[in-house]
Parts: sequence; structure tokens; C-alpha cells
Amino acid sequence: MYGALWRVLPGPWWVRLLIVLVLAAGVVYALFTWVFPWVDLILNPIDVTVEQ
Amino acid sequence: MFGELLLTAGALILLFLGWQLWWNDAIMAGQQSEAASELSAAWAENDRAQREPAATEDPAAAPVDPGEPIVDATEYPNGESFAVMYVPRFNAPETFDSVRNIAEGIGLDVLNSYSQGVGHYPGTAMPGAVGNFAIAAHRSAYGGGMHEIEQLQLGDAIYIQTKDGWYTYRFRDFEYVTPETVDVLSPVPHHPDLQPTDRIITLTSCNPLYSTAERIIAYGVLESWQPGAANPPAEIADAVASWEN
Repeated sequence: MYGALWRVLPGPWWVRLLIVLVLAAGVVYALFTWVFPWVDLILNPIDVTVEQ
Repeated sequence: MFGELLLTAGALILLFLGWQLWWNDAIMAGQQSEAASELSAAWAENDRAQREPAATEDPAAAPVDPGEPIVDATEYPNGESFAVMYVPRFNAPETFDSVRNIAEGIGLDVLNSYSQGVGHYPGTAMPGAVGNFAIAAHRSAYGGGMHEIEQLQLGDAIYIQTKDGWYTYRFRDFEYVTPETVDVLSPVPHHPDLQPTDRIITLTSCNPLYSTAERIIAYGVLESWQPGAANPPAEIADAVASWEN
């Protein structure tokens, strides 16, 4: 999976590394901005109250 | 291929935990603190505007007995902020950032809110009243309004500001209970049948840290109060002034 990604990227190794880092940063940004807030809503909420 | 998927899933879970417990926690804490600062400053400004210009206080005058605390009788709708909590012990070093809005209700709309974070148990007493002013907040994640609750020491101040003035509670003791122990919210904790004579505050949060297996309860007793939202206790005047900027 990641090996295939590495092979389809163009350029010498350091250009590929740069592209991979930029892609990873984009993925993390998307996760933090949209995915994780949504996942957080559907997970069991953290409960802090005393209730019957 | 399958191994790579598993590794990716593991990395995603760790990343989510990092987001929930630190990244989003820090963002929410900053915004909750900011929102509470604004409400506190707005009340102070409103209070100063209402005072008579002639009533400039003589600093040498003997302190006036403020009398019985004003107790707000308003029935606030769920989700409305009606008080501000400030606990110096909860501050990050060199900051006054532990200020939070207290809103009516203990639902996630309040506790996970970017502008509130501390909820008032409906039906319990209001600030300054005889009985039990009971509030809840997260200990970890979502801004962690009570993240440092276990660091409270005997006599630590818990300041509550409302539009009417400043209420100073002093921390008394902890209790660790199961999540179903609603008796801690009674006007006299654990004695639902007794008539209260003390004015107390009860903080509830989860315990242990990063778990929800138990609840940590912190009790405090009203020490004093000062009328006027622009009239904070002298020892926190610098903190309150910093919120107005």
C-alpha cells in the first residue's frame, strides 16, 4: 500500500519524501478539523456528573 | 498489506487520543477562559455604569458589612451562563486562565461547550444561598474546567462571580464516590432529610484522571461575599483586571 504510493511518486527520493510529508500534513489537518470532531460526537461521551 | 492497514488503524487511534486529550482540550480551555473573561468584564462594566457618580468610595472608610448575600432567584433556562468560576489553584503557571462560565444544566451542550464548560445541577442552590450550590465539569479533555481538582488544599479559594457580586468559598474536603451517589448534591450532603444551615459549594468531576469509573467530589463553604460585580476580593484584583483587557 505505502510501497505502491512511493513507487508512483515522481522525482528523486527527497522530492518524494517532501510530497509524502505534505500529503501526511494534509491528512492530519483533515482529521483534526472534520473527522475527529465528528467521531467524538458518536463515541460514548465522557461522563462527569452524578446521576441516577 | 493487511499489516499496513492495522498499523494505520493504530496510528489513527493514537492520533485521535492526542487530539481529544491535548489538542482539542487546549483549544477549548482557551476559548472557555476567553468567554468567561468577557462575561466577567461585561458584568463589571455594567455594575460600574449603574453606580452613582457621587458614590466614590473613601478608601479610609470603615468596611461596610455587606449583610446577607444576594441570592439570584431567577430560574435560568438550560444552557444560559449565570455565573463565573475562578479557582486560582487551577491556573496554569503565571496565568489567570482558570476562569470559566457556569451555565444552567449538566448536559453535554454545556459541559462540552466551547464557551462554557461548567454546569450547574438544576434544582440545587444558587451562589450564596443556604444549601448546596452544585456544579460539574470535565477533568480531562473538553477544556478540563476541573483538571486540577485533586490539587485543591484546605482553605483554597473558589470565587464565584454573578451579576450581583462576588462569593468567596473555601475548599474543605474531598470525597470519592460512585457515579450514582446523588446524595452529594443534597442541601446537606448525604442527608437529604436535613434542613441546611450552611452555604456550601460542591464540585463534581470524574475520577481517576482519564477514567469515568468514579466521581471526585470537592466541598467548600461560603466564607464571605461582596456586592457589586465590579468589586472583586482584593487578592484577585489583578486577575480580574487582566480579563478586562
